[in-house]
Amino acid sequence: MDYYDTKDLKRFSEVGKFSEELMKKFFDYYNSVTAEDGALTKREKSLIALAVAHAKKCPYCIDAYTTQCLETGADPEQMTEAVHVAASMEAGITLIHGIQMHNALERNGAL
Amino acid sequence: MAQLTVLKQDYGTYDRDDDERYNFPEALRKHNVEITPGSIETLQINITKLCNQACVHCHVDSSPKRTEQMELRTVERCIEILTGHDSIKNLDITGGAPELNPHFDYLVTAARKLGKHVMVRHNLTVTLDGHPVTGESKAYLPQFYAQNNVEVISSLPYYQEYFTDKQRGKGVFEKSIESILLLNEAGYGKEGTGLELNFVYNPVGAFLPAAQESLEADFKRELLSKYGITFNRLYTITNMPINRFKEQLKRIGAYEDYMEKLLNAFNPAAVEGVMCRSLVSVSHDGRIYDCDFNQMLDMQTTSNGIPMTVFNFDFDELTGRRIMFGSHCFGCTAGSGSSCGGSTA
Repeated sequence: MDYYDTKDLKRFSEVGKFSEELMKKFFDYYNSVTAEDGALTKREKSLIALAVAHAKKCPYCIDAYTTQCLETGADPEQMTEAVHVAASMEAGITLIHGIQMHNALERNGAL
Repeated sequence: MAQLTVLKQDYGTYDRDDDERYNFPEALRKHNVEITPGSIETLQINITKLCNQACVHCHVDSSPKRTEQMELRTVERCIEILTGHDSIKNLDITGGAPELNPHFDYLVTAARKLGKHVMVRHNLTVTLDGHPVTGESKAYLPQFYAQNNVEVISSLPYYQEYFTDKQRGKGVFEKSIESILLLNEAGYGKEGTGLELNFVYNPVGAFLPAAQESLEADFKRELLSKYGITFNRLYTITNMPINRFKEQLKRIGAYEDYMEKLLNAFNPAAVEGVMCRSLVSVSHDGRIYDCDFNQMLDMQTTSNGIPMTVFNFDFDELTGRRIMFGSHCFGCTAGSGSSCGGSTA
């Protein structure tokens, strides 16, 4: 059996088994943020969530937000751009740490 | 009654096991709502299964290989029914590509002479492709529609090429755009002309349509800025899990998930506007059904055990009929609802 089973996403609420109240608070918060149009449209939120899902490498979220993006009218081109935003942010985050490397080189008298 | 003897009485693709598993009448009871006929405002007739296209989602399983055509005497009987019933205000002509029936022009002009509102489910490409068997040109259609003030309702899965061609075939998007521009040229979708051009969006896969209003705004913005196209309204329609689309879902292992999605999205508020409350659907051979989907599943309407057709048409019997349900009915009540005129809630 795969470690990540697609069907497990439907069991998300079971995580509340030993702390129902905290889980309810989480779902209320989660749904308030993601399930409705606000200052951002539901589609924009879905594209952000899809990007985060890729950056955090969550297979459940990738499945869920691919569907959510489609059901809010996004197209594969927009979704791919969102993934590129995540990827470029990750690359940028890695690269900016090059400054820490420079700082360390400096401390070692090598720069 | 002679017509009745030649009508087939099988229930081809109707799946009783699915109806048990995804029990629509039970969902109605659970939510304390019911679906009964209101009136018959629209006569929807499927005059051919022949089409110049063969789309992935097509619940009619239409293609250039189909041969079913409504005969002239059945067309004339439909016109008689329209003549005799003032409350039937709309004629909704569908197919296949309805323009490929040899009696199409006659039917449209006759219904317009009666003062009926005529809607045609026009696939756009037939104007450019012509008849797939005889090669007969259909380039006259935009002018014909404008002269008869027909409401044109056309499937356009997306405002971009990718989704449209994936669903309707390679090159269909480009042809559709060309054909829409011809309709615009004839006055369709232009303010002040009264010529209505409406598009139909249905998802390209196993997901529900986006909100109608926001998608309509996207379509209007993108089609205007990229192609200079204008239109009136966008109708979002849920893909029905029957026939070709059901086979596709089963092939990709998504059928159960799709049905569960429809069932979980059951919306009692969407029930009021479902199409079977205000229309009846007629097949090419004159049989009567609650809707186009029941027609494709051979779930024919009966009265006291007698199959109903245009040849024994009885308005009161039909408005008092019991609507036949199946698992596919969840497609009309999911989310914002779905009907021939788009979302219902």
